[in-house]
Amino acid sequence: MSGIADLSAFELAAAFAHGDVTARAAVDAVAARIDRLQGRLNAYASTDIAGARERADDLDRRRARGEALGRLAGVVLSIKDNFATSSGATACGSRMLAGYHAPYNATVVARILAEDGIIIGKTAMDEFAMGSTTETSASGPVRNPWDPARVPGGSSGGAACAVAARLCHGGYGSDTGGSIRLPAAFCGVTGLKPTYGRVSRYGLVAYGSSLDQIGPLARDARDAALLLSAVEGHDPRDSTSAPLPPRNYLAALGELPRELRIGVARASFEGGCEGAVLASVDAACAAYRGLGATIVPIEMPMLKYAVACYYIVATAEASSNLARYDGVHFGHRTAEKEPPGENATVFLYSSSRREAFGAEVKRRIMLGTHVLSSGYYDAYYLKALKVRRLIKEEFDRVFERCDLVLLPASPTAPFALGEKITDPLAMYLSDVFTVSANLAGIPALSLPAGFAGGLPLGVQLLAPPLGEELLLQAGHAFQQATDWHRRTPPAGEEGA
Amino acid sequence: MAEPISRAEVEATARLARILLSEEEIAGFTSQLGSILAYMETLNELDTTDVEPLAHVLPLKNVLRPDEVRPSIGADLAVREAPDATNGFFRVPKVLGEGGGA
Repeated sequence: MSGIADLSAFELAAAFAHGDVTARAAVDAVAARIDRLQGRLNAYASTDIAGARERADDLDRRRARGEALGRLAGVVLSIKDNFATSSGATACGSRMLAGYHAPYNATVVARILAEDGIIIGKTAMDEFAMGSTTETSASGPVRNPWDPARVPGGSSGGAACAVAARLCHGGYGSDTGGSIRLPAAFCGVTGLKPTYGRVSRYGLVAYGSSLDQIGPLARDARDAALLLSAVEGHDPRDSTSAPLPPRNYLAALGELPRELRIGVARASFEGGCEGAVLASVDAACAAYRGLGATIVPIEMPMLKYAVACYYIVATAEASSNLARYDGVHFGHRTAEKEPPGENATVFLYSSSRREAFGAEVKRRIMLGTHVLSSGYYDAYYLKALKVRRLIKEEFDRVFERCDLVLLPASPTAPFALGEKITDPLAMYLSDVFTVSANLAGIPALSLPAGFAGGLPLGVQLLAPPLGEELLLQAGHAFQQATDWHRRTPPAGEEGA
Repeated sequence: MAEPISRAEVEATARLARILLSEEEIAGFTSQLGSILAYMETLNELDTTDVEPLAHVLPLKNVLRPDEVRPSIGADLAVREAPDATNGFFRVPKVLGEGGGA
């Protein structure tokens, strides 16, 4: 059974432009699915169906008048709940920001609106984007649409779930250590973390500022190309945004480039992942060989240090970024009064933060504060920054011999809710294959690449800085040769 | 080798991080942060003597713009989300005098 909600963003934009589908019909089709499935999947933290319908009606009128419309016209999109929006809540999955209304739109939100995209809601996420399962969201855990007893991955789990279950045509998330790619793999959708600096972070609630990057979660690589093209480009409001003009990646999609070399560092992952994951990597290599690419065996001995390095750098930056939640400027303030003799201001800060931060956020602030503290700075933080350079230099060397690197997206298939939530280190190791791209600042694309017992598996392609065009070409070519990305989760069909 | 982090260090870190922790949280973090920090010590397998630290992947330095007055959101909107504000100011507890001691 196929309907308007099943169309890809690319197909829908074309159908809308030709007058085959109205924007209102697109919103109604998606809204009907949200109405039916949100209770079971919990993908959205908040929705604005009435606002989406108004916007759709306006687009339909403008189209009828023959106005030129943007590239996302008619497409029903979601954004992660850590994007500032001047309408509706920006809760970031936290009690700290319950009821917070940002005074401005993030640059990405402004660009989506300028391209006539329709934002239907904000997707649930791990609190402050800190998690690999979306179990720490203040709006409750998100379910995997392929098996509601399993996690969707995190931290953009709501976005991946919504794209897979047809609760939007495409979504935007953020990726600090795999938060787009891991949920994309667990939910069977395509997820792209662009090069650091490719997409403006202005208005993205900060977690690890040298690592955070916004990117699309999409039905396929072609949709990821469309969604990235619409929002990327230099932004004077983000001093780390790359001074480059936006590109149209759709125009570049076609055949796989000739003599493409894909590096595979088998020794770095074969001992650390499930058999089905390994089989999906082998199958992806075979598919690329079939498309004319060469698989180049490589060594990446630094990869095994990436998780330790990442959780020092990311938590250090988080402890600094989250200092702004002080109970004074915005967010939660304690109602408690300081005990006699205690400093009133310190009590206000410490009590507000105790009440409103969840366990994982507290853990990461504690870890980050410790690795930056006097006596430990050199042993942990400075050491991690040096290892970060070794990891980046390893990628530089590998990309002299290869055009792309292929890795699993996750060491395992989606696991059960609750399985790792009480073991933080086990949880952090879920990110073993994704964090290195953030440390090196390079782009990486997660592609559906198989199934294990009815659960989706993903592989990841990594490219040198600013290599998005090649990544998307390679992803698109793979999806012309495979149909993993076309499978739809059973949760989408039950009770239909 | 000593434990990677002691209970007293967890308490000191919580004070630096401005988070009040319960007894249960202090015990939990002492053990959890201990195993995480022990894992991080795998980095010591690498000799980084002559390696320059890398804090940021971009070659950008000191991104500047002309020092021109631009429209901004204004005081009323800036304090709109504050838990306690008055006349465009954030209200905070008394920090000087008795009970302050800052």
